Amino acid sequence: MTSQALCALSGIEIQKKVASGDVSAVEVTNAFLERITHQDRKLHAFLYVDAEGALAQAATVDRARKAGETLGPLAGVPVALKDNLCTRGVPTTCASKILAGYVPPYDADAVERLRRAGAIAVGKTNMDEFAMGSSNENSAFGPVKNPWDETRAPGGSSGGSAAATASSMASFALGSDTGGSVRQPGAFCGVTALKPTYGRVSRFGLIAFASSLDQIGPFARSVREAARVLSVIAGHDARDATSTTTAVDDYEAECGKEVRGLRVGVVADALGAGVDAEVVKATRAAVAKLAELGCEIVDVSLPHATHALAAYYLIAPAEASSNLARFDGMRYGLRKTGDDLTATYGTTRAEGFGPEVRRRIMLGTYALSAGYYDAFYVKAQKVRTLIRRDYDAAFKKCDVVLTPTSPTTAFKLGEKTSDPLAMYMADIFTLPPSLAGLPAVSIPGGYSADGLPIGLQLTGRAFDEKTLVRVSDAYERASGWLSRRPSEIV
Amino acid sequence: MATTYEPVIGLEVHAQLFSKTKMFCGCSISFGAPPNTQVCPVCLALPGALPVPNARAIELAVRAALALGCTVNERSVFARKNYFYPDLSKGYQISQFDLPLNTGGKLVIDTPSGPREVGITRIHVEEDAAKNLHGVGHGTDTLVDFNRAGTALIEIVGEPDLRNADEAEAYLKKLREVLMFVGVNDGNLEEGSFRCDANVSIRPVGQEKFGTRCELKNINSFRFVRKAIEYEITRQEAVLSAGGTITQETRTYSDGLGKTIPMRTKEDAHDYRYFPDPDLPPLVITRAFIEKLRVTAPELAEQKRTRWQKELGVTLYDATVLTGHPKIADYFEEAAAALAGKDASPEARAAAGKKVANFVQSEVLRTVTTRGLEAEFAVSAEYVAELLRLVEGGSISGKMAKDVFAEMITTGRSASKIIEQKGLSQVTDTSVIEAAVAEVLAANASQVEKYKAGKTSVVGFFVGQIMRATKGAANPQLVNDILKKMLDAQ
Amino acid sequence: MSDTKITLEDVRKVARLSRLALDEAALAQMRGELSKILGHVASLNALDVSNVEPTYHAVPMNAPLRADVVQASLPRDEVFASAPKTEAGGFAVPKVMDGEG
Ligand SMILES: [Zn+2]
Repeated sequence: MTSQALCALSGIEIQKKVASGDVSAVEVTNAFLERITHQDRKLHAFLYVDAEGALAQAATVDRARKAGETLGPLAGVPVALKDNLCTRGVPTTCASKILAGYVPPYDADAVERLRRAGAIAVGKTNMDEFAMGSSNENSAFGPVKNPWDETRAPGGSSGGSAAATASSMASFALGSDTGGSVRQPGAFCGVTALKPTYGRVSRFGLIAFASSLDQIGPFARSVREAARVLSVIAGHDARDATSTTTAVDDYEAECGKEVRGLRVGVVADALGAGVDAEVVKATRAAVAKLAELGCEIVDVSLPHATHALAAYYLIAPAEASSNLARFDGMRYGLRKTGDDLTATYGTTRAEGFGPEVRRRIMLGTYALSAGYYDAFYVKAQKVRTLIRRDYDAAFKKCDVVLTPTSPTTAFKLGEKTSDPLAMYMADIFTLPPSLAGLPAVSIPGGYSADGLPIGLQLTGRAFDEKTLVRVSDAYERASGWLSRRPSEIV
Repeated sequence: MATTYEPVIGLEVHAQLFSKTKMFCGCSISFGAPPNTQVCPVCLALPGALPVPNARAIELAVRAALALGCTVNERSVFARKNYFYPDLSKGYQISQFDLPLNTGGKLVIDTPSGPREVGITRIHVEEDAAKNLHGVGHGTDTLVDFNRAGTALIEIVGEPDLRNADEAEAYLKKLREVLMFVGVNDGNLEEGSFRCDANVSIRPVGQEKFGTRCELKNINSFRFVRKAIEYEITRQEAVLSAGGTITQETRTYSDGLGKTIPMRTKEDAHDYRYFPDPDLPPLVITRAFIEKLRVTAPELAEQKRTRWQKELGVTLYDATVLTGHPKIADYFEEAAAALAGKDASPEARAAAGKKVANFVQSEVLRTVTTRGLEAEFAVSAEYVAELLRLVEGGSISGKMAKDVFAEMITTGRSASKIIEQKGLSQVTDTSVIEAAVAEVLAANASQVEKYKAGKTSVVGFFVGQIMRATKGAANPQLVNDILKKMLDAQ
Repeated sequence: MSDTKITLEDVRKVARLSRLALDEAALAQMRGELSKILGHVASLNALDVSNVEPTYHAVPMNAPLRADVVQASLPRDEVFASAPKTEAGGFAVPKVMDGEG
């Protein structure tokens, strides 16, 4: 098979071919590495390509096959990893100057699980610095371009992972989602992007942004691939105290099932002012399609969802201000030596962190500081309770909630960089499920007139990723959007 | 007329919990390892690492709390205390804040005016900081060793119920004794596993309101606690008497100067921005678990002293000496029980207790070395019991027992073995002694004449000769009696 | 919270707490940006949450406990692999004064 043909295969097909010996994992890996060389010159989705490590791992898979061992569910399948996932011996920077050149001595739990399943880690993807951003423009090493239109943002913060998946530089990718950082770039880049329930995937080895919200999730070009990856990375990990012991379902088994009788909740507010007309139209069309498939459409309301943005921008920065205190130039990473210890701290951190990270550290420190703690932080956590209650009520009436993923399609690079608040608005639909800890998936739901993908977000009950997969897969099959890919970069 | 002031003192004690591993990671805490060899991603705060609480540490904290009469809270919360310092790897310390593990206990101390109850506000669990080493490198740099970082601690916050340095010292000694007897802390002040901060203020006698307090930090011996508090009280009295005011500040005690001196503090030092640690769900322990620990709680020194006076025939003084270390207390009890034998009457038990208490204090204690919660005895309790049983049975004299004990230490043999091998068994057979006396009298006719002439001082000469003839094994009392009888019969 | 006006002094204090050495221009800009965000956040004032319990953990669970078993520590070379400066087995850092940081 040609390199190009190999890269066009789904991860499911690649695994099958590698397991049967039709093609070797080394051939597959070489094909993708070659593709990265060509495609990524313009997209800048990768911060580090680990050709050597990838080929070594591919060789291990091939040896295991020759020895007659049973291969894992992702054997020989190339994966791109967001650069906030620790990888043993491979640089991990969070796209920050403060961690430039940092090499972790251990693998994140999700990375370990991928390796055990035979996946080939081809490299580390670009992102907004410390996962703070919605456009990837906060990377200290330059932004990622959207594969559908290189003048546009790929979304963020996992923009590199989304772009790498959309442009087939890897079969799938892992990102992290705190307030929408998997789903929103998934929507902007036209791929399936799933944020599991909080606690479903271990956070061990995920460099924390906001610990009570962070979850690792997969990007894939189809729902079935995303489901398989989720099955691999999900599961209890004793090294993460917030990791759940709830049993992992066979998500892939949900693919191909009917959805007749499932109840889809539609939030009227999510299709109102501030949402692009084309996004509204696509969402309504998706509702109609689901109804056609036999779903029951019900109106639900999330009255407190409008407060999610305010609550999120207190909670996430507060936790971040504390999580990022360890980047102090003492034990690893950048150190800018000043006149004394205090000056060394101050200069290291002021120069090591970019503007958005500094802004959020400041905001979070303020929200936690004496005199403001109750008014800001505690109040935001109470709002979180109200949002959870909204969902509890909604899920009495429906099985999944459908909204757009983002109010717009991919915006232009540079369009929102001068106005942080306008940028934050990109997350208004992804924030409520994050605050409630619920699983949510963004799937391609049509295209705008100028050919940009539109994302649909489905939110489910806690630990009910199964139903999300089932509905997404049914919609994907019925809609036919799966066949659309961005044009080749030449 | 000069105002008389009353000191008000409250102590905060940090005690390391006697677990094998750190509070939130599996690193060993054994003392004396080369710097930075007992560290891992968690305690070094490498990016992506997460804390998981140590079950044993929690158990020990609860045991301590029960011994101090605290209420153990079934639900408590880990909170982050945020500040920057090179010995604090994460930039925050995981501690407990508004929902601690234990609240409201007490400790009874002995004062010249009788026992006094000192309140305990709370006991919470937290992690220790690393060690900053000054002046060991070539340049001016401070070197940081993270071996201690993350060691499990309890902080015991006492009420401001103490009124002078004597009471403070009594409180600390009693607290240390309780923690050691419960087995949660090794009481080692030099190695820093038991540390104390003191809050000291003074107020005019009769005044309800507390004066402005100073916090005395890093006091690492009982002697220094006394000196620091005494100095501080005198200093504050001098300030107030001169019409000045006390500034709230942190001070440290310098033994070289013999006084407390202010520590440099930053104005923001107290804005710790506590908030619940999002990496750690609430700590929930069951009532059943607490009850199990309550039932299996070891006997405290205080209870032993009372019981021993009642049952083992010892004085308060003896009991106090013998409860100087938990292992010595165990040793005493074991030896006393072995000497008394099974089914002994209360009188016999008391008699055995008294004998063991005397022998342990006069002979055994000199040979004991203690280190933390461990103690090394040159001779086992069982052997000591056997030795005392031989004295009791008249096989050897009390005086000989001391020599035999010395022999036991050097050879490690039992008393009976040594007596048998050296032929030391005491001669109590009157016919043997009579024969020896007759021989000596016959051989020293001139001395016998002197005796008859009224020179009784020659008795000593005869005793010496008889003892020599019996190789010192003759029972001295019998020798005296028989000699007198036979001399008078001449 | 609605009339929270963040002053330059507040911003300076927060920068110090955060250990971010920002110059006057950066502080002034930060003040503007934070004011705008806090202005939006003030919308929470519309909500009465006096009888609402806060949600600190989205998915209710209790802290799991770990057995007190010693695990391997990191090899020395990995401990110091990314360290800016080391000496005599320690992390070398600018001289620490009492209470400084
Ligand atoms: Zn450790």
